[in-house]
Amino acid sequence: METTGFSSPRPDAFPAGLRVLVVDDDPTWLKILEKMLKKCLYEVTTCNLAREALDLLREKKDRFDIVISDVNMPDMDGFKLLEHVGLEMDLPVIMMSVDGETSRVMKGVQHGACDYLLKPIRMKELRNIWQHVFRKRIHEVRDIESQESLEEIQMMRNGMEQYDDGYLFCGADLISGKKRKDVDNKQDDRHYGDPSSVKKARVVWTVELHQKFVKAVNQFGYDKVGPKKILDSMGVPWLTRENVASHLQKYRLYLSRLQKENELKATFGGMKQSDISSKDTAGNVCPQNSSNASQNNVTNGSYGICGSKIPIKNVDSKIHVEDMKIASVQMAEPKEALIGDITDPQKCSNSRTGLNHSFRQIGLDVKCEPTIPTQYSWTEVPPVQFKQEHKPHFQSQSWSSEVRPVQFKQEHKPHFQSESSFSHLPLARNHIQVDCTEPILSHHPMPSTNEKDKRADIGPNCIKSRSQGIGIVTPVESTAELFSVQPKSHLTHCQEFQLIPSSMWNTKNHSLEHILLNDVDSSQRNLILGTGSSFRLWDEELQGYSPRGDFHPQNAGFENIESFAYSNQEIIDDVPPLLYDSLNFDYGNASETMEYPVIEQGLFIA
Amino acid sequence: MERNLHRQLANMKKSLFDQGYLDHEQFTQLEELQDEANPNFVEEVVTLYYRDSARLIQNIEQALEKNPLDFAKLDNYMHQFKGSSCSIGARKLKNECTQFIEYCKTGNGEGCKRTFQQLKKEYSSLKKKLEHYFQFARQVGPLEKACRPK
Repeated sequence: METTGFSSPRPDAFPAGLRVLVVDDDPTWLKILEKMLKKCLYEVTTCNLAREALDLLREKKDRFDIVISDVNMPDMDGFKLLEHVGLEMDLPVIMMSVDGETSRVMKGVQHGACDYLLKPIRMKELRNIWQHVFRKRIHEVRDIESQESLEEIQMMRNGMEQYDDGYLFCGADLISGKKRKDVDNKQDDRHYGDPSSVKKARVVWTVELHQKFVKAVNQFGYDKVGPKKILDSMGVPWLTRENVASHLQKYRLYLSRLQKENELKATFGGMKQSDISSKDTAGNVCPQNSSNASQNNVTNGSYGICGSKIPIKNVDSKIHVEDMKIASVQMAEPKEALIGDITDPQKCSNSRTGLNHSFRQIGLDVKCEPTIPTQYSWTEVPPVQFKQEHKPHFQSQSWSSEVRPVQFKQEHKPHFQSESSFSHLPLARNHIQVDCTEPILSHHPMPSTNEKDKRADIGPNCIKSRSQGIGIVTPVESTAELFSVQPKSHLTHCQEFQLIPSSMWNTKNHSLEHILLNDVDSSQRNLILGTGSSFRLWDEELQGYSPRGDFHPQNAGFENIESFAYSNQEIIDDVPPLLYDSLNFDYGNASETMEYPVIEQGLFIA
Repeated sequence: MERNLHRQLANMKKSLFDQGYLDHEQFTQLEELQDEANPNFVEEVVTLYYRDSARLIQNIEQALEKNPLDFAKLDNYMHQFKGSSCSIGARKLKNECTQFIEYCKTGNGEGCKRTFQQLKKEYSSLKKKLEHYFQFARQVGPLEKACRPK
């Protein structure tokens, strides 16, 4: 409660006048922090209850620049507060506690904390907190600018309106190499301290506003909705599309976090369930179903990418990595259609819904993963990298909620997901049902939400994977012998795909379908695992299975991975023996090495 | 004479550091926060700490009487107490807290109780020492240190 009373920070003196809200139930720390922050010339407000802080934040709207909050508070968990602030106020939050346990810090970061300070907190740390405010402002400017420039491109291309912020961010990164510099320069000309000049009127998402937003999202369906639709539906005149887009993105992240927590809870149950079903043939229909559903979803999602990529491709041709993924997913589609016909539609739709989420998760995971797999799939193949990929899997089993669930799991517990996540995204189902009855790949004009999420999250990573794409194109030949695959053929496919209309692609699909019908399943699985390996696999299959043996990793880490084991069983009933090889291949990836003799099928059958 | 007193006071503080009661860095931080607006900032903080932590001590005491022990609760209380204690740089106390939390993790009730007795001893011993120190500081009068111009 400073008496100097800047109603807004002095624009000339940033960071002086930074408005800080400190929340801690410990009065001693509150007193110390207040004093320290004042010494930094910040404007301090203190609060010893989290709920009070939240009320304060909601009521005073744009009155704070940053929040510092303790983790352990009796009335409300600091993480909860963090979640609310992140979602409603979009303010940077610094967490603090005396406990520096990695898991806790990680939790803080995962919930969106921009920093995590350990008590005793030093003055020098506080002196520096303005950087979070500043960084955020830079990003905001950047986002807005790149969105604008991207929108222009969009208009030029084909006026598809549905591109979402995810795409925008991604695309923005694509072209913003130069742009970024400009933005920074512009930033310099502005007054850092004055939010109104830096940002385009920052929106404070009050509870009511947020509720309106959620209502709009639910109205259209979590999957289909784009910021523009939401904006129109909300009917708030002063809100801009960017405001909504950015909030939508946050909302999705938020949901995915919730989702992840639920999934982790469901993981063990999921494993059990699959065990049962693998023994029970009748029960098998269900898991099988769901795994197909997941593929279907993947397909849609990826298809979305592909569609949205077409324009980008003109801007930057290095997107093959992604596109290749897409191509192999698409192979999945025909089969999905077949299965879909056979199976009980209701089940289908149910499991699909769940899987939709799981794909969203994958999308998130992609953030950290895809770069690795793509790298090793075509370039060097150091065993270490496989390890890297593998690790997260174990961690996720043991770390409780800290780690992003790795894809393998998600794939296997679709039913659970659908149950747990229904409440959030009730409308997802419609979207998916369409897919299930429609084998034709006709969804491309609208990238599915999952995909959007993925792209939004990937951000800079996107660029990375793309630039690796170049690597892919070139080393194809050299790696071909290593893998005895011809990724090139694959490439051609996906490029063709991009150029030809979807109907043509379909026919192509169908012809391939016969060859791949069974393998598709596994290759899809690979895909879901989110590794580049699937491409290899897929390619091999194109070659008529022959080279497959070359990759088979021995003692493929399945003894380590229970969830694998049952996934395997699940498939066994429906898949011809040849496929085991490809499955082996999977495991091999997950474990570590490449050059392995063929694994005996018996291993898996047993 | 006065210089002598000042030296005595400085020695007193130094022995608190040397004997491990206080964390030099944190306590110095607090002293540096003292200014015209709060010439007795350190003392205020310490007083506040003892007032507030008495409640926590009581909570822990009660929780330790329960059977069976609720280790999660104890852990939670002790985290609060630890966080609070590090605010004044109460080093020995903080160490006891860490020990206590370890015992909580392993479910060692006896260890917890033993550590808590030790912790209470340190708690009141430090209190006495600090009271003594501040009292003496007041006697010595406004030293340059306490009201050093910003």
